[in-house]
Amino acid sequence: MTAQSKAETAIRVHRAGPLALLQDRGRFGVRHLGVTQGGPADLYSWAWANYLAGNPWGTASLEITFGGLQLIAERDLDIAIAGADLGATLDEQPVPLWQRVTWKEGQKLIFASPVSGLRAYLSVRGGFAAEPVMGSVACVSREQLGGFDGWGSKLAEGDRLAIHTPEGKTAEGMTEAPGHARKDFREAPVLELLPGAQIGEFTGRSLYDAFNTWWRVDDRADRMGVRLLGPKLQCRIGSLISEGINLGGVQVPADGQPIALLNDRQTIGGYPRLGALSPLSASRLAQCLPGQEVKFVARGSGQVLRDYRAFLELFRLRRS
Amino acid sequence: MTGSPANALPRLESAGLDGWMVRLFEQIDEANLPWITALARHCESAFADALVDLVPSYTTLLVVFDPVRLSPAEARQTIAGLLADLKPDEDLGTGQVHELPTFYDPSVGPDLGRVAEHTGMTVEQVIDCHSSKTYRVFALGFAPGFAFMGLIDPRLECPRLDTPRKKVPVGSVAIAARQTAAYPTATPGGWNLLGRTSARLFDREREGFSLLRVGDEVRFVSVSREEFERQGGDATPMEAAG
Repeated sequence: MTAQSKAETAIRVHRAGPLALLQDRGRFGVRHLGVTQGGPADLYSWAWANYLAGNPWGTASLEITFGGLQLIAERDLDIAIAGADLGATLDEQPVPLWQRVTWKEGQKLIFASPVSGLRAYLSVRGGFAAEPVMGSVACVSREQLGGFDGWGSKLAEGDRLAIHTPEGKTAEGMTEAPGHARKDFREAPVLELLPGAQIGEFTGRSLYDAFNTWWRVDDRADRMGVRLLGPKLQCRIGSLISEGINLGGVQVPADGQPIALLNDRQTIGGYPRLGALSPLSASRLAQCLPGQEVKFVARGSGQVLRDYRAFLELFRLRRS
Repeated sequence: MTGSPANALPRLESAGLDGWMVRLFEQIDEANLPWITALARHCESAFADALVDLVPSYTTLLVVFDPVRLSPAEARQTIAGLLADLKPDEDLGTGQVHELPTFYDPSVGPDLGRVAEHTGMTVEQVIDCHSSKTYRVFALGFAPGFAFMGLIDPRLECPRLDTPRKKVPVGSVAIAARQTAAYPTATPGGWNLLGRTSARLFDREREGFSLLRVGDEVRFVSVSREEFERQGGDATPMEAAG
C-alpha cells in the first residue's frame, strides 16, 4: 500500500480458481538483472478495464485466466470487466462487460469458464492495493515476485483483498467502451509481425509457410509464451549466442514450431526469431485458447506505430 | 549477406516496435564486455526518460524504449550516434571483484564425481581448477540474479545433464560447457553441480537487488563446511534438499 493513499480490505476470495494474478503495467528497469517484465498479457483489455473503472494508467487489476474464481464484495464497489467473456455473473445475473458497473456489498461475483477469449481483467475503482516489489505489484509466481503478498503467491480461499480508497465520490469519464473497441476473441486473428534480423536465414519454403499457415495454438501456452503448431520451419541457424528477447518475439527452436514470447518470458534466449509481434498483436494472442488458429502478417513499423500510439494516448492521458 | 557491408559490426537489428538489438560482436569474449557496458551507460544518459530497459548479453545490447516518445527511426539514430564515438569502459560492471565462499563437496555438489570422470581429473583437481580462475559475468538471465560467467578452463568443459533436475537448491555452484554460475533461487536446472556458495546472490531488499552485474569479476573461494555454515550457508545435502 502506497503512502499517498489509504487502502482497506473490500473483497473476499470465496473460491480461488486456477489462476488469478494481480497485474499493474509490469516491472521495468530491472530486465538486465534477469527479472522478467510481467504485467497484463492482454494490455489492451487491461487498459480498458482500468479506464472504465475510472482509474489512471498503470493501476493494478486482477487478470483472471480461464475462470473458476468467486469473489464477494465487503462494501459497494465501482468495477469494470474487460477482455475475455468468462461467463461472469453477479448474484447469478450476467455482468455486462466493457462498462462500469456497481458491485454491491455481499454480492458474489463469479467467473465461470471461457465463452470468448481466455483472460478477463477486473478493475476496481481505486485499484487493488499491494506493496510493490522492485517497483511493481505484477505477480510472477516463477520469480516469487509481486502479487498481494509480494512473493508471487496464488490467491487462496478466504484471502481478503485491499482496495485503495478512490478520490472523489463518483468515478469520472467514459462508462462504456464503444462497440468497435469491444473484442470478440472467437474470431481467428491475423497477428502483425515485424520481421527481425534472422528472417533471411529461414528457407524460402519456410517463409512461405510462416505467413500462409493458419497456426494452431498448442496447449503448451502460458504467460511465458504460446507455442504454435503447423508445418516445420527450417532455419539455417540452429541457435544464437543468448541475447535479450523483447515482448512478442517469435522464436523457432529446432523442432520448427514457433513460440511467441509473452510477458513472463525469460529475459535472454538463443533461438533464431522470425521477428516480433506488435504489442497489440501480442495482447490479442494472449486471448487465444488452445486449438484456436492464428495467422502472421509481416508489417513495417509505420502503421503499427501509429496504431499503438493512438491506443496508448487514449489511456495514458489520464494520469494520477 | 556474409561479407557485405550490410553485415558489418556493430549493427542495429529490429527487435520489435520498441526495441533495437545492437549487435557488437560475433563471438563470446571477455574483451567484449567493456564495449557493451560502455554503450549501456551512454544509452542511459542519451535516452533518459524514454528508456524502458537495457539487456546486455555476451555479444549484444537490447535497447527497449518508450515508443510514444521515440519512433524506431529516432531511437536508431540516437544509438548510431553513440556507437560512432564509443570507447570501452575501463571499470567494468560495479568494478568489484566478488569472492563467493564456496563449499565444494559431493553432498551439495553431486556432479563433482561425474565431472571428474568426464574430464579425467580427480575431484580435488576439479575443485582447484574451478576455484583458481577469476571469471567475468557475461549476462544475467534465466532467473533474477542468475549470472552466466566464464570462461572456465577448457579441461573442465562438461555437457549439461541429459535430464534437468526439477529443483536445484539456492546457492548451488555449477558448470556447463565453458560457463559457470551460481543459482540465486531454487529453480529447475540442468547444469553440473560442484558445490554451494553462502553468498546472497539476489536480495529484493538490497540496493541494486543483484550481487552480480554484467562485467563484474567473480572468484569462487573454497571454504570448509564450518566456514560455509558460519557465513550463513545451508549445507543440507542434495537428497534431503530435494
